Amino acid sequence: MSFELHREKFPCRISEVEIGAGVAGNGQRFLQVGGASTLPFLSFDGPSGHLPVIGMEVWDVVPELWPAPLENIFGPVAGDPVEWARHCAREWGAEFICLRLRGADPELSDASPEACATLARDVLDATGVPLVVLGCGNDAKDNVVLQKVSETCAGRRCLIGPVTSDNYRTIAAAAMVNGHLVIAQSPVDVNMQKQICVLLNDLGVPQTQIVMDPTTGGLGYGLEYTYSVMERVRLAALQGESSLALPMIVFCGFEAWRAKEAKTGPTDGVVQGVAWEALTAGTLLQAGADMVVMLHPEATRVVREHVKVLAGGEMAL
Amino acid sequence: MALTGLQIFKLLPKTNCRECGFATCLAFAMALAAGKTSLDDCPQASDEARETLGAAAEPPIRLVTVGQGEYAVELGGELVLFRHEKTFYHPTAVAIEVRDDLPEAELTERLRAVQALSFERVGITMRINSIAIRQTGSDSASFVKTVELVQANSPLPLTLVTQDPGAMRAALAIVGSKRPLLWGAAEANWREMTALAKEYGCPLVVTAGDLAGLSSLSEQVTGNGYKDIVLHVPAKAAGDVLRAATAIRRMAIKKRFRPFGFPVLASVGDNRDAYLTALTAATCIAKYASMIVLDTVDPAVVLPLLTLRQDIYTDPQKPIQVQAACYAIGNPGPDAPVLVTTNFSLTYFSVGNEIESSRVGAYLVTVDTDGTSVLTAWASGKFGPEQIAEALEKTAIGEKVEHRKVVIPGYVAVLSGRLAELSGWDVLVGPREAAALPGFLRSYTAN
Ligand code: B12
Ligand code: SF4
Repeated sequence: MSFELHREKFPCRISEVEIGAGVAGNGQRFLQVGGASTLPFLSFDGPSGHLPVIGMEVWDVVPELWPAPLENIFGPVAGDPVEWARHCAREWGAEFICLRLRGADPELSDASPEACATLARDVLDATGVPLVVLGCGNDAKDNVVLQKVSETCAGRRCLIGPVTSDNYRTIAAAAMVNGHLVIAQSPVDVNMQKQICVLLNDLGVPQTQIVMDPTTGGLGYGLEYTYSVMERVRLAALQGESSLALPMIVFCGFEAWRAKEAKTGPTDGVVQGVAWEALTAGTLLQAGADMVVMLHPEATRVVREHVKVLAGGEMAL
Repeated sequence: MALTGLQIFKLLPKTNCRECGFATCLAFAMALAAGKTSLDDCPQASDEARETLGAAAEPPIRLVTVGQGEYAVELGGELVLFRHEKTFYHPTAVAIEVRDDLPEAELTERLRAVQALSFERVGITMRINSIAIRQTGSDSASFVKTVELVQANSPLPLTLVTQDPGAMRAALAIVGSKRPLLWGAAEANWREMTALAKEYGCPLVVTAGDLAGLSSLSEQVTGNGYKDIVLHVPAKAAGDVLRAATAIRRMAIKKRFRPFGFPVLASVGDNRDAYLTALTAATCIAKYASMIVLDTVDPAVVLPLLTLRQDIYTDPQKPIQVQAACYAIGNPGPDAPVLVTTNFSLTYFSVGNEIESSRVGAYLVTVDTDGTSVLTAWASGKFGPEQIAEALEKTAIGEKVEHRKVVIPGYVAVLSGRLAELSGWDVLVGPREAAALPGFLRSYTAN
């Protein structure tokens, strides 16, 4: 049998999405994500699109149960989200910031829509990198908060959400009017992912303004489900399911640090929580993650390095 | 190219002699068509059948066993490219490397560390599968001495890493009957190594610098009559390992390219950053390595990797679950707290372990949610007030305790009112994460 490398050719390509406004003069950077026509990093098959981008998560309120490795790093800035975000972008190389507006939750601090929106704009101005804004999970509150965020940050091409099949009109409409993108979320389910994307298309949201969130499970806590759902979504998209031909975002830091093993492992030398977070991300990169949201600076750094190593290499096949 | 079960059946002796381990020739034919067995297992098959069936009769990726007895580990035997298509069957074996220039005390210390790398997770023990002994100099005496020491101090199957047939032969004189993995054969030494592998019946790693070279070396060794081989590409960067392993797996499964129909070994040890090494190893676990070799014994690296292996290799069709029942944890008395959760193993063990570590005796009632987590079950109507009330009733937990107070997971606080109404029990909302349970339980019993 003579050897001839088998190359996989897919008929479709993942849409290319631009986050952040590259307005000349104001220093605001922007990112392009998506564009793959192969499975992740399989560049011998064809153009594998933009490299995944690695961002960091910032909370508007100090988290309740902060494990020591996070407390040690963020302790000094945790009370000041703008400063925290600035550190992420300037010191720790976050390619984008993901602002989680937990404090908007009526059961937490019930922060006002105005306060949330001002915070989002301050973070944008302070960091100069693109911004992802997440609501608190309370549908009614998120509708007003994210609408206000959209208006206040108009024109800055933020990625806003999540929206679900049960709650998408208000947020998506506000995002479109103000030139943002939306996160289409589904609960670990290919068909429901398709459903929300089709609903957004019907509402007039273009393919270049949607990023999918298939819901992240952390290492040892549902990762395998997310992994397979993402693989199925990506394969379906490349094979021609155009409603799913969109980039995907995963929240690795948030999910990984919920794990008991992340909180309880050794914290000197190799920090088990950092490894937990990095491996959650590294694995989901293989399933097609285009935007990876991290928490710990060290995990962020190694995953960024890892992406370069995955894309590089010198071996001819 | 692929034949159906019936087409294969026609070519078999139809004697139902069972020597293949199947009850009938038809059952064997069906298994063969599904790529789950090899024609080699039917000693009665005619030469004609062998010829006709050829490559189609063999599984796409051969199953290769390393070691023997309780610690033996099986590599390969995979049938799909993506776990959602069916499942991945044989979890990536993890080997830890030891060099033959380690001083004896350090060596035994390292072996002790490897032995300690054993973790209970979801009721399953996760551990290391092999010790890979690497020859570092040209002196076969220290290689042999290390092999002796390792075999005396570790029950794990060995991987013998040397390119020198003389050193390999000397090592095999000691451990040859235990089916170590020989690593291995390359362009320069494959004849001698293959002869050794045959003589001792040991699996053999075949290495070449690129895929074309690997393909022809694989053909040479198998053409020489030896099929228990493992493929290795000496790539360093994660991207190279990923692409090589993917190309091999894909050609084996989709193209039935015989030279690649074997498990793949990846070495990930030469990275200086522990996290990056772990990320390369993780990539290999997800994408197609049947065995990886690590050179760390740090539990903070190994535990996450073994957990990832467990994730990737669980059957996507069957969540691991426990029986729905009332579990007594740590000698509960009539005043002991009663908690409810789901019968998803991960959930059950997360909660059970925390109760145990709290040292408060308690009853844990698991509701049959088809093995789904708390929120998944709640959202799909399998962990509602009705089901919980029914579980309290069915397990007759009320006969074991003298109170009527039940603790529910914090994530489903919303169902407390209705549950209290339906069951007549007082409902207490526990913490959201199980990790907070010890504190919760201690203050609970203090009141
Ligand atoms: C993996 C997963 C799945 C897997 C199922 C995995 C399984 N075997 O359960 C699949 C893909 C099949 C799935 C399906 C669905 N899912 Co789902 N899934 C997840 C995911 C990613 C992880 C769940 C998990 O494994 N957690 C780990 C376990 C250990 O957590 P746990 O059971 O909650 O236990 C912890 C605590 O609750 C606590 N605890 C547990 N018991 C007890 C008891 C007491 C007394 C106390 C004090 C504490 C306590 O301790 C544990 C550790 O801290 C989550 C999102 C996420 N990131 O968490 C969504 C999620 C749970 N799913 C969700 C949904 C909606 C669904 C579907 C209903 C969607 C649909 N309509 O099809 C389906 C249901 C399908 C069905 N018919 O069964 C939603 C639930 C939304 C909500 N808030 O109600 C979530 C939150 C995703 C989302 N954001 O939308 N899902
Ligand atoms: S060993 Fe061969 S002849 Fe005997 S039952 Fe199996 S398939 Fe039939």
